[in-house]
Amino acid sequence: MNAAVFFQQLINGMSLGSLYALLAIGYTMVYGILRFINFAHSDIFMVGAYSAFFFIVIFRIPWPLAAALAVCFTALVGMTIDRVAYRPVRDAPRISALITAVGVSSFIENLGLVTVGARPKAFESPKFMSRVFHIGPVSITGVAIWVPIITFMLLVVMMYIVYRTKIGMAMRSVSTDIEATRLMGVDVDKVISYTFALGSALAAAGGILWACKYPRITPLMGVYPGWKAFTAAVVGGIGSIPGAMIGGFIIGLIEVMTVAFFPDLSGYRDGVIFLVLVVFLLIRPTGILGETLKEKV
Amino acid sequence: MTMLKVRDLNVHYGGIHALKGVSLDVPEGAVVTLIGANGAGKTTTLRAITGLAKPTKGRIEFNGHDITAASPHEIVRLGVSMAAEGRRIFYNLTVIENLMMGAYHRDDTAQVRKDVEWVTTLFPRLKERFGQKGGTLSGGEQQMLAVGRALMSRPKLLCLDEPSLGLAPMLVQEVFRVLSQIHEEGCTILLVEQNAKAALRIADYGYVLRGGTITMHGDGKELLADESVRQAYLGE
Repeated sequence: MNAAVFFQQLINGMSLGSLYALLAIGYTMVYGILRFINFAHSDIFMVGAYSAFFFIVIFRIPWPLAAALAVCFTALVGMTIDRVAYRPVRDAPRISALITAVGVSSFIENLGLVTVGARPKAFESPKFMSRVFHIGPVSITGVAIWVPIITFMLLVVMMYIVYRTKIGMAMRSVSTDIEATRLMGVDVDKVISYTFALGSALAAAGGILWACKYPRITPLMGVYPGWKAFTAAVVGGIGSIPGAMIGGFIIGLIEVMTVAFFPDLSGYRDGVIFLVLVVFLLIRPTGILGETLKEKV
Repeated sequence: MTMLKVRDLNVHYGGIHALKGVSLDVPEGAVVTLIGANGAGKTTTLRAITGLAKPTKGRIEFNGHDITAASPHEIVRLGVSMAAEGRRIFYNLTVIENLMMGAYHRDDTAQVRKDVEWVTTLFPRLKERFGQKGGTLSGGEQQMLAVGRALMSRPKLLCLDEPSLGLAPMLVQEVFRVLSQIHEEGCTILLVEQNAKAALRIADYGYVLRGGTITMHGDGKELLADESVRQAYLGE
């Protein structure tokens, strides 16, 4: 293995990692506020890719506009899921919300299988994504370069919303103390709704970029990326947004490097990630940036 | 004029009948205190007034509005705010962000900025801590932040739940000094306290709560002088 190949794998790892990061943020934000894992988040990712596909293929909307519309539509889907499925069980024990999330996930996947069918669809990615760049001995596809760049821009916007705006401040305060936030005159349900919208928008962007990278989309395309992004959120420290980003990149790099350095193990690329999950849960369940657990009374 | 009118308030927590028909009045401009032992229902009364606990029976009126079934954020908008028991500050937000959360529902930015000034003249120590995370403050500073944050909504009625709990005597004095000052500036106060002596001293009127019902009420000075109150709640 020489430097050029390593560099190439590094870019591929960052590229895959940024997709996990986009998806991991949604898991971590919902966990931070509602203390349950939104299993339907991986299906939101799929909805993002499919809605972009339909906007492009059926409605013939130009690519950038179609992507933006798909992101907005998916944000609405995320808010709707919260409204119809999670809000009614808000005051119930957390396990009820968790079971509801599993149900919603199964519902969306099967709805996808019934309506669009299990046969993969070919996703049309824009030309700038499929161009190949040659830098000396390294050749990189446009996707591998554009994905981290677009992700970076989205993360900057997301960090701005969470850390510099009023609604972002409310999201952070809800994650510390829902009741005290209510006493501040905040309509907490609205804040939770915005959180789902923001997380779902990022997942949609992740799904669309994923489809550009792997242009065969199916209703179950979100399942494995979802589990790995969940792992990324745990590794980074569940509940921590910077942690989800770091975790995403770490998981992406581990996956790509495993295949690059140990080609024999490439069949186990998913298994290696879940091994990381198990190791973290055993040794450091609060993750890299997670706070020491403060059980809420 | 009566600002807050509570009538026959009943609250159940699961199978526990926490409040059994509490009635009380808070006149505009007054300091009213609610004293009683642990578990008497003081906190529950405040939680029902601020909308955090839903009454099973009874009626709560604020300035003529029926707020019995209103949600907390609507009640805050009407002008009731609370510094809850245990401070409940946002430890992951900075001190200034905590204060801004108190003014969350307001859009008069210029006045909010002036109110930040006002709160920092009441609690000068907070100013030095503006950029610090709330969780890094000492207990006393957190209590000041909790009261300051409740004031940031410019409440007509300020509810305080045990503002002196766990504070050193000097800080207790400071908190009560500020409460008197806020009161002089025209804020109506409903104060729940274990420190009955300090509370009755600044109160115009007091209610004694026991086992979920009001057992006695009267002027602050009257209750302070009452033999049974002295024995039961003032440790004399």
